[in-house]
Amino acid sequence: MKKNQFLENFIHGIFLLLGLITVGCVLLITMYLVISGIPAICKIGPINFLFGTEWASTAKEAKYGILPFILTSIFGTAGAIVIGVPVGFMTAVYLSKLACPKVKSAMQSVVSLLAGIPSVVFGLVGMLVLVPGIRKVFQVPDGAGLLAAIIVLAIMILPSIIKMSVTALDAVPKEYEDASLALGATPVETYFRVSVPAAKSGIAAAVVLGVGRAIGEAMAVMMVAGNAPNMPNSLFQSVRFLTTAVAGEMSYSSGLQQQALFSIALVLFLFIMFINAALNFFLKREKE
Amino acid sequence: MSSIISVKDMCLWYGEHQALKNVNIEIMPKSITAFIGPSGCGKSTFLKTLNRMNDLIPGVKITGDVRYEGTDIFAKEVDVNNLRKEIGMVFQKPNPFPMSIYDNVAYGPRTHGITNKVKLDEIVERALRDAAIWDEVKDRLKKNALGMSGGQQQRLCIARALAVQPKVLLMDEPTSALDPISTSRIEELVMELKENYTIVMVTHNMQQAVRVSDYTAFFLLGELVEFDKTDNIFSTPGDKRTEDYITGRFG
Repeated sequence: MKKNQFLENFIHGIFLLLGLITVGCVLLITMYLVISGIPAICKIGPINFLFGTEWASTAKEAKYGILPFILTSIFGTAGAIVIGVPVGFMTAVYLSKLACPKVKSAMQSVVSLLAGIPSVVFGLVGMLVLVPGIRKVFQVPDGAGLLAAIIVLAIMILPSIIKMSVTALDAVPKEYEDASLALGATPVETYFRVSVPAAKSGIAAAVVLGVGRAIGEAMAVMMVAGNAPNMPNSLFQSVRFLTTAVAGEMSYSSGLQQQALFSIALVLFLFIMFINAALNFFLKREKE
Repeated sequence: MSSIISVKDMCLWYGEHQALKNVNIEIMPKSITAFIGPSGCGKSTFLKTLNRMNDLIPGVKITGDVRYEGTDIFAKEVDVNNLRKEIGMVFQKPNPFPMSIYDNVAYGPRTHGITNKVKLDEIVERALRDAAIWDEVKDRLKKNALGMSGGQQQRLCIARALAVQPKVLLMDEPTSALDPISTSRIEELVMELKENYTIVMVTHNMQQAVRVSDYTAFFLLGELVEFDKTDNIFSTPGDKRTEDYITGRFG
């Protein structure tokens, strides 16, 4: 009997330990980022760092202003949301409410497949198809830039938006829809005036999840965005994102430059933390 | 007096299974007609045929003639949304939308194109008064309807149905999910509504049929066994099966 109890406690302990690995990783990464990200910010000065418009890390008089990266990440993500959300949302309404079961299951497998495509493949296709396409269509010298990145990101966030919205819409009780139809509303009126409002927290969470995906993506945007540290003044401007700023220079950086890259990572991390908090907020509301 | 809904030789199949067999019935305006019968006898299915809610179920096939005010409800030129506006429905489980009390009642009128605030206010108040719930909710019209009790929710659903000014109100066991006090309030309400509306109500509860209805139809295994004045059905049933059912020999 006593031996059994011991075994129970022992196994309990092992599970706890395994669970703590995740927590430990998060804490470790957070601490590491904060510790290694703060010094450069102090040396450069928070205002110069966050709001400086020029990044010239290898120049003789190095400048470390990351406003171009911050704005690029924000604009790029916003652009991806502007394109990706309407497409993803409408697809979700179609899949959840209109599609016949066969079409629904076929399309859902395709959406899952899209989610499984490695981001380097998105980058590659973007590089070979999208970038030359933009150059031809808009008659610009180089197609690699903000617009190409926005389009690639918009496609990449579709699966998360679609899947999560479909789940939220599927969970709307059929009784609501029946009541609306029985009042003489058409099916489409019913979906948009009853089902979608009833699922709004879940759909909001889907959008936030999409924002998180887009802002954290590095590989695909690196391959299509051009990567010059310009302010994102136009859609065809060659730009650098927060993620690609870190990834692009890390391999040959040293000294203050390297410390500044950690600071960029810290800024990115804060963005993601904020987005996660928003996501949790919406998910909690959805449950209620 | 001529009937408002007239059904001749109606049959209904769910795929291969025949759920209704040669139903014939005449529903009289401004009266309460109750459908009784054991579970699975087809009474709810029949009720849902009258406002074509069965259209939504895949594999349903309907034959025969169903007329509302003389028009075939399955005719091509009939707009099903208009039909459902004329023939409202209250469901078994109270199903208010997850929005405010006001928006629930205003949903139908808004759907049918009324946007004028003053007019909407007027319709909402009248519907809530007609459903005998105005006094309870007039101070919290902006509150979420899901915060109300089950009985209140059901009366709100009745108000919501009344707000589109139907002529007929179909009620599918409207009190089966409610406590006895809420049930008797709904019963009183239904009897008041009879002055202006035609009411068709499915009920599990034979006493309820006796208390409120003018006509009773007894369904068994997809057949309409007997249809007559409620008094006659419960005092001198014409069919042996009706007698067995109302005396509690099965069901």
